[in-house]
Amino acid sequence: MEYFLIIISAIFVNNIVLTQFLGICPFLGVSGKVNTAIGMAGAVTFVMAIATLVTYILQSYVLIPLHIEFMQTLMFILVIAGLVQMVEIILKKVSPALYQALGIFLPLITTNCAVLGVAIMVVTKDFTFGGASHMLNMGQSVVYATASAIGFGLALVLFAGIREQLDLSDVPHDFKGVPIALLTAGILAMAFMGFSGMV
Amino acid sequence: MAKKSTFGNMVLVLTLICLVSSAILGVVYGLTKGPIDAAETAKINASIQEVVPTFDNQPSKEMFKVQLNAEDSITVYPAKKDGQIVAYAIQSKTTKGYSGLITLMVGVTADGIIYNTAVVQHAETPGLGARITIRQPGCFADQFNKANIAKSVFKVKKDGGQIDAISASTISSRAYCDAVNTAGIIFNKINENQEK
Amino acid sequence: MGKFKIITKGLIQENPTFVLVLGMCPTLGTTTSAINGMGMGLATMFVLILSNFAISLLAKSIPDKVRIPAFIVVIAAFVTVLQLLMQAYVPELYKTLGIFIPLIVVNCIVLGRAESFASKNPPLDSALDGLGIGLGFTLSLTVLGLIREILGAGTFFGMQFLPHGGVLAFILAPGAFIVLGYLMVLFNKLKSKMYNK
Repeated sequence: MEYFLIIISAIFVNNIVLTQFLGICPFLGVSGKVNTAIGMAGAVTFVMAIATLVTYILQSYVLIPLHIEFMQTLMFILVIAGLVQMVEIILKKVSPALYQALGIFLPLITTNCAVLGVAIMVVTKDFTFGGASHMLNMGQSVVYATASAIGFGLALVLFAGIREQLDLSDVPHDFKGVPIALLTAGILAMAFMGFSGMV
Repeated sequence: MAKKSTFGNMVLVLTLICLVSSAILGVVYGLTKGPIDAAETAKINASIQEVVPTFDNQPSKEMFKVQLNAEDSITVYPAKKDGQIVAYAIQSKTTKGYSGLITLMVGVTADGIIYNTAVVQHAETPGLGARITIRQPGCFADQFNKANIAKSVFKVKKDGGQIDAISASTISSRAYCDAVNTAGIIFNKINENQEK
Repeated sequence: MGKFKIITKGLIQENPTFVLVLGMCPTLGTTTSAINGMGMGLATMFVLILSNFAISLLAKSIPDKVRIPAFIVVIAAFVTVLQLLMQAYVPELYKTLGIFIPLIVVNCIVLGRAESFASKNPPLDSALDGLGIGLGFTLSLTVLGLIREILGAGTFFGMQFLPHGGVLAFILAPGAFIVLGYLMVLFNKLKSKMYNK
């Protein structure tokens, strides 16, 4: 039951893009077409889930016992950078088409604040979830990360769908591009606010 | 322009950069540890002073923990004058804030009357839930003072209680009540332990 | 390029928020008030100046293939120094800005400037570039934070001046997106007027 709460909260109530403001750059940059958005979401989900697992283990078994928590930022980002490299190599072999489509955005997953953000959040002692104010256990952390990534994907795909329509409409000259995207995101964020009573 | 990217060069340079960075961080960590701890302690002491009447001991040195439930314990700072307990500063908390954890210092005199409360830490929205920290006369937090904590369960008016919530911040107001109620539970436990 | 020009271009022509559209996450996430926005901007500027300087010094010694990871390590080191200093000397602000402080490491502005300017220019120029872009970023964040604060809570840098507060939505998520969207339109109109584009 608790896992269910975590999942619903991460995807809808505390949506990582529309409520927590993480992952905005790819959100604004990639979401031009629904297909690319889905591909990006998949890649981010994979990286986020594994990155959180690895950084969690790193924090619990290396940083805390050795009292070098201040190395967290440095080591976490290195883990993420390494993982993204790996994903690039694998994707190139397994699905060159997707690799091409994602282009520059694939290495940019390293700088996706959502990935580092979620990794840090799950090991923060003050992180509150479902009434408990302690560090999540490993299972909860991975579930939270995966659910957050799904939330990211959801926002991304929804946004891509809207933007595909926007491209066909008559947008005032000054608003074209990023401004109208931001206004649309704002309305989408308002819609997601409707979920806030849920958990 | 840059060095050639041979495997040896790459590994050497990266390792060197990592080592130097880590060394620098270690030094800065050592240098800032003192001030960081001091800032934490100063914060706690400041909030203790806000919530209890004058005392002459050092509450942080005599602090003790009371078990709230199986997983959690609450820190209590006893304030004494001339060796007698004047009040307990109970570092209560709630996770029911709009943005999660809120830590409160609740000052309860030895006979159970709430002297004052103060917010130690919160992440509530500025202009909304963050208004739990306002201390002008007639503010939200003043409503808890002078009540007998051992005999009261605080609830906002919406839930059938007596507390006037902050407008548009019912969740933060409810959380504040929750934290004060927890302090009440701890106070009762302290008394039980003393009677044993 | 004259030294003064290096600094000022970061304010308008290459304003990171409104022109380069970089560093969006902290822009939206920390501008719930003018003070928070300014704090975040200054913190980022601290990292920008130091990392630009250090990377400019090291650029020639770093093999091309590993330059991005190397830059990231340098930036991460300075961000951690910032974290430690903030925890020691401005703990309240540190707690308010929360997760966005370590996230400076993946702020596209910092890595972006390292790659596009610092690795190709002398150290002093790079530091000044960091200063200019940092000031531009701080300016954008402060303005955005101020507007959201005034409209959303009726306060000005923390001082209440509208007795009954403001419109809730501006302090919350949708307000961030919408105010930024409109500000961007205004800014670009201003910029075209100033530079006759």
